[in-house]
Amino acid sequence: MGMTIAEKILAAHTQTAGFQPGDIIKVDVDVALANDITAPIAIQEFRKSGQARIAHPDRVVFVLDHFTPTKDIASANQCKYVRDFALEQEMEHFFDGGEAGVEHALLPEKGLVLPGDLVIGADSHTCTYGALGAFATGVGSTDLAAAMVTGQAWMKVPSTRKFVFKGVLGPWVGGKDLILYLIGKIGVDGALYRVMEMEGPAISALPLSDRLSMSNMAIEAGGKAGIIAADAKTLDYVKPRATRPYTVYQSDPDAVYESVTTFDCTDIEPQVAFPHLPENARPVSQAGDVRLDQVVIGSCTNGRIEDLQVAARIIRGQKVAKGLRCLILPATPSVFRQASREGLIDIFLDAGAIVGPPTCGPCLGGHMGILAKGEKGLATTNRNFVGRMGDPASEVYLCGPAVAAASAVTGRISAPQEVVK
Amino acid sequence: MIFKGKAYTFGSDVDTDAIIPARYLSTSDPDVLKLHCMEDADPEFPNKVKPGDIIVAGKNFGCGSSREHAPIAIKAAGVGCVIASSFARIFFRNSFNMGLPIFESDEASGAIRGGDMVEVDADSGVIRNLTTGARFQAKPIPSFMQELIADGGLMEHIRKRGSI
Ligand code: SF4
Repeated sequence: MGMTIAEKILAAHTQTAGFQPGDIIKVDVDVALANDITAPIAIQEFRKSGQARIAHPDRVVFVLDHFTPTKDIASANQCKYVRDFALEQEMEHFFDGGEAGVEHALLPEKGLVLPGDLVIGADSHTCTYGALGAFATGVGSTDLAAAMVTGQAWMKVPSTRKFVFKGVLGPWVGGKDLILYLIGKIGVDGALYRVMEMEGPAISALPLSDRLSMSNMAIEAGGKAGIIAADAKTLDYVKPRATRPYTVYQSDPDAVYESVTTFDCTDIEPQVAFPHLPENARPVSQAGDVRLDQVVIGSCTNGRIEDLQVAARIIRGQKVAKGLRCLILPATPSVFRQASREGLIDIFLDAGAIVGPPTCGPCLGGHMGILAKGEKGLATTNRNFVGRMGDPASEVYLCGPAVAAASAVTGRISAPQEVVK
Repeated sequence: MIFKGKAYTFGSDVDTDAIIPARYLSTSDPDVLKLHCMEDADPEFPNKVKPGDIIVAGKNFGCGSSREHAPIAIKAAGVGCVIASSFARIFFRNSFNMGLPIFESDEASGAIRGGDMVEVDADSGVIRNLTTGARFQAKPIPSFMQELIADGGLMEHIRKRGSI
């Protein structure tokens, strides 16, 4: 019987033969990731185990990205605790200060996650790496501690749902719009416990950055992983970065899927997800008159150089609307550097935007751009839950970089065509 | 093991930002986290909840982030167990890894009202609404996860058995 990519990767990482969806298996972990919120609990649990050293220090990655540069004394203490541990364990893959960026943008860029890898991360958006053809899933801090002690994790074998994207994308439509559209169709639990495998001509045409935004939001449909098979574009990205061998898997033609759903993308418009769930997606033309107080462009979903390039194409020569704050946070130091070299930072500053350091910051309502009571924010991030970006009585709308940039100029949710004729 | 307490009901898609808002995540101290448990879903919950009380919710409970602060806050607030139509997957595994008992039952989730007295038999998965007399059967818990709960969570399990 044929196998899916997910099943092949699991099989390559477990001793258990002939497993079925629903079975619980033990797997060897290639990469185990935690951040400044989740690493402290993992370290405490690791300490309790009594083991002195991490089982495979080269497979553990810590990134201080959520409340950094530290926002208050508590977060400074939290980061110090992680830093002290990382230095004590002589961890090679510890990212702090000017080396830190938003984790799920940073790891692919550093070549730390490769096709065919089995990755667990104490962060729900670990599923981002599915776009590299890896099996990557979010877990809790205790799972991470277990991986630090044993090098292994337990997995309930998921079934797979396939989503095929046909057609050609319209102007200003990107990966973020496709994934918001998909979540709008299947709902925030539409792929609960399942692997989402995404393919089709529209996906093949997307740059890797847009595929990463799509896999990033698999969790927003409840998915365990959001896998896109590695192709020539993936390998162009991976090859110069990889420092260890990797395996490219394809699903067999007779692989068993729980369901196969096909979308024609030709008529899909740029999307906006309304508060307070990512599934409340609508075409931007049906957004109505939503006045905004803040626009955020950044995060592990859309803080890559390609996203900033799209935003700059729209903002160039324009001004941010009066009374609106537009925050632009390049996701990693090298994105920041490239944006600076290409003149994008000047375009943003000339328009009156704020350019901040690589950090999660406002995405989780952490710091650097918190919404007041009653305020409305539009963001290229991935979650718009109640209170996600600040006061419980504020609202977050989600979109891709083109709609975000256009809306920063007009002051209300707007299609890119309104600004770029 | 038997859990018995007053039901607090919540809707579907209760996310981890509602269970414990990110603004409190600069600590992982259970005694601090419990003061904000479910705050963005029901600001009064941390004051009202009594040890042993039971959270009853709709589908996809615990969706959103991977933060273990969510089950930690619920456990620290004294909640005995959580019943829902379904759980988001990371919350699901975190709960077993940390020894917070959770039960999936669509029927119980739909039929239990806020304030009802509820009893759950963890071994059989039988949920009783003591206020109305109704009886429900939760989905069986896979044997590996029963082991995790019996051992007191994943790390205790590893300590006892030397591996996962
Ligand atoms: S950018 Fe937002 S979603 Fe991504 S890792 Fe940071 S907090 Fe999480």
